[in-house]
Formats: sequence, structure tokens, C-alpha cells
Amino acid sequence: MTSETVVALSKLISEFKAEILSEWIDHQLKDPARSQSVPEASIRTNSAEFIKLFEVAAAKGNLVDISKPEWEEVQHMLSELSATRAVQGSTPTDTAKFIFSLKQPLFNRLNTAHGQTTSEAAKSVWELSLLLDKLGLHTTEAFQRTRESVIRRQQKEMMEMSTPVIKIWEGVLAVPLIGTLDSARTQIVMEALLQKIVDTGSKIAILDITGVPTVDTQTAQHLMKTVAATRLMGAECIISGIRPQIAQTIVHLGIDINDIVTKATMADAIKEALYRGGWVFERQLDSASISR
Amino acid sequence: MRSAVKMHAEDIGFSKLNQTKIVTTASELGRNVLEHGNGGRVMIEHIKELDRSGLRMIFQDEGPGIDNVEKALVDGYTSKCGLGLGLSGSKRLMDDFELVSQPNNGTTITVTKWT
Repeated sequence: MTSETVVALSKLISEFKAEILSEWIDHQLKDPARSQSVPEASIRTNSAEFIKLFEVAAAKGNLVDISKPEWEEVQHMLSELSATRAVQGSTPTDTAKFIFSLKQPLFNRLNTAHGQTTSEAAKSVWELSLLLDKLGLHTTEAFQRTRESVIRRQQKEMMEMSTPVIKIWEGVLAVPLIGTLDSARTQIVMEALLQKIVDTGSKIAILDITGVPTVDTQTAQHLMKTVAATRLMGAECIISGIRPQIAQTIVHLGIDINDIVTKATMADAIKEALYRGGWVFERQLDSASISR
Repeated sequence: MRSAVKMHAEDIGFSKLNQTKIVTTASELGRNVLEHGNGGRVMIEHIKELDRSGLRMIFQDEGPGIDNVEKALVDGYTSKCGLGLGLSGSKRLMDDFELVSQPNNGTTITVTKWT
């Protein structure tokens, strides 16, 4: 880019800052596809802030390489804007449009305010367009990064959330498994369960698979490994929540689960566990004595 | 893939049991494609014949292939550390099972379940 163009551009921006800004905000607010997740006030403040930083950066004479230090603040501001909008639930298109919508007001200025020849005007438009494209892409990238970090965090939360080990009685633990049992999940469940066995000195653990959609050979193998590890700790496992379809599928697959105690429902498993622990329960027939 | 297969199986009107069988098979064979075949393709087809309809799944990979198909179909035979029941179990879960494999030329498994 020739220095003349740069000077002309930065002069243009500082000279018509107010006009460009108001036109730009107008343009953004009038966009029929504008998402409602971004309030008008924040569009106004964001735009004003961006123009301010953009003016400062452009005045330093480098309109090509936005990775240079003079563009750092602009980049930083855009990253933050993308991050906020990503969390608010905007689409990447919306966020990129923030930059792309600046094109029209700037180009308008270029065409009207300057008495340039056509080729010069076209060149300025081209340079400016390249610059804004780069900035637009930067917002998309920042947006993506934020989304990814949100997804990673949620994944982790879900992993932890979906594998609670509950003490339901003295010496009895229960693990309600929900979702697909892959190696990573099994590992987490196993670790949590074994640790809880040590902590509570439990003798029986109930693994409930009501919430596991499919039990294939790998899932079965994971379950068996968990049972084996529990045994090594001196505790017993009961697997409960086996649906009729799953029972038949396991048989057809030819998986041998003869040495594992299984029950159809969690209630049965709890009964069995308490029975083994030597607990005896009796229902009081006189209901009046229960309600007192 | 599991949920896609389940959706199709529901559409065709399989019973709950057969849906489970189909999804389990898809899970087994799909994993084989990923783990042994280094990834590949799965095709799901609704098939209609005069007196019956069904679901066909074709699992295709361009992996190393299976040296000894007969041995691979024996219960408990495994080349990794699984249970060795995936292939033979899937065969029992489905109505038709066809395995074509050549060493170094990939594997194609076609399975069909009729309603």
C-alpha cells in the first residue's frame, strides 16, 4: 500500500469520524437479520469504542498487517466483544457483521468526500476492504475460541455431574450411570467408586444402568472391569436397571455375566444389598402410629 | 451414528427389542470400522420387498482387512483386547450378515434386519 493512500484513509477516518460512526450504528440497527441478543446500547458503545481505537491504529500508518503491535488494542477489543457475544448466544455471522457493516459507511465516505480519480478510489476501497476482512475474520476466530472453551467446560461439568457415587445406606453405595459408557466415563466412575469404597468402608456397590441407552460388548467389558476392580477392594457389585431388551441383546451377543449379580430394578438391588448386610425391615401395619 | 440408526429403526417400525438389537449392532460394527479400519463409511438403507421391509446397514472401511474371516467370527477371538464378541454377536443380533474382506483391501460388512 502506498503511503499516500494510508494517509488519505486515516485522514478521512479522523475527519468524518462522527458521520461514519452514526451511519455505521444506523446500519447495524436497521439490519433486518439483527439478532435480538445484543442490546442497542451495547452496539452504540461498542461501535464508538471500535472507531476510536481504529482511528488511533490507522493513524500509525500500517493498514496491512493487523498482527503488528499498533493493532493490538483493536484486536483485544474485538476478541473481548466476540467472547461476550458468544456467551450471550449470538451467531458468528452476527459478530463478523459488526465489522463488515462498517464497509458501507467507509466506502461511501471514500467515494463522496474525496475528489479522487476512479482508479485511486477503487484502490483505497480494495485496501480498506482487505483490512476489514482481516478484522472480521479475527472476530470469527475469537468467537470460535470462546465457544470451544464453553463446550470444553460443559463437557467436563457433564462428565463430573453424570457420575455421582451416592451412599444410600451404611455399607451400601449406588452409582446411577447415565449416557454412553465409554472408556473415559468408565475410568471416572471407577476411580470415584473405588475411592468412595475406601472412604466409607462400604461392602456393596450398586451400579444402575437404567440410563445407559445401549449395552454392547465394549460397555459390558467396561462394566466387568469395574466389577473386578471393586472385588479386588473387597466389596461386591450388583448391577441393576437391566431392561428386557438389553437383557436379550446381551444374551445374543454372547456376553458371559454369570459371575455378576444382576437385578432388574434399583429397588431389588437395594433390597438384596440390605439383606446381605443383615438388615431386616418390617412394615408397621398400624398406619396411625406412623402419622402420629 | 447410534442416534441416526435408532431414528431410522423407529421410522420403519421395529419393535423396541429389535431397535435395541439394531443399535447395538451399529455400535459394534461402527467401532470396528473406527478401531480396525481407520475410519470408513456407513450406509443406512430402508428396504422394501413385496412381503417384507427392513433396514440394511453397510459398514465399509479401507483398513488392513481381515486375514482369516472364519476365525474372526469365532466367539472370543480378538485381535485387540476386547471380548471378541462384536462380529459374532452382531451376526446373531441381525437376520442377514455378510462379510467381505481381503487383506490390505478393506472390509465391507452388510447386515439386514427384517421387521
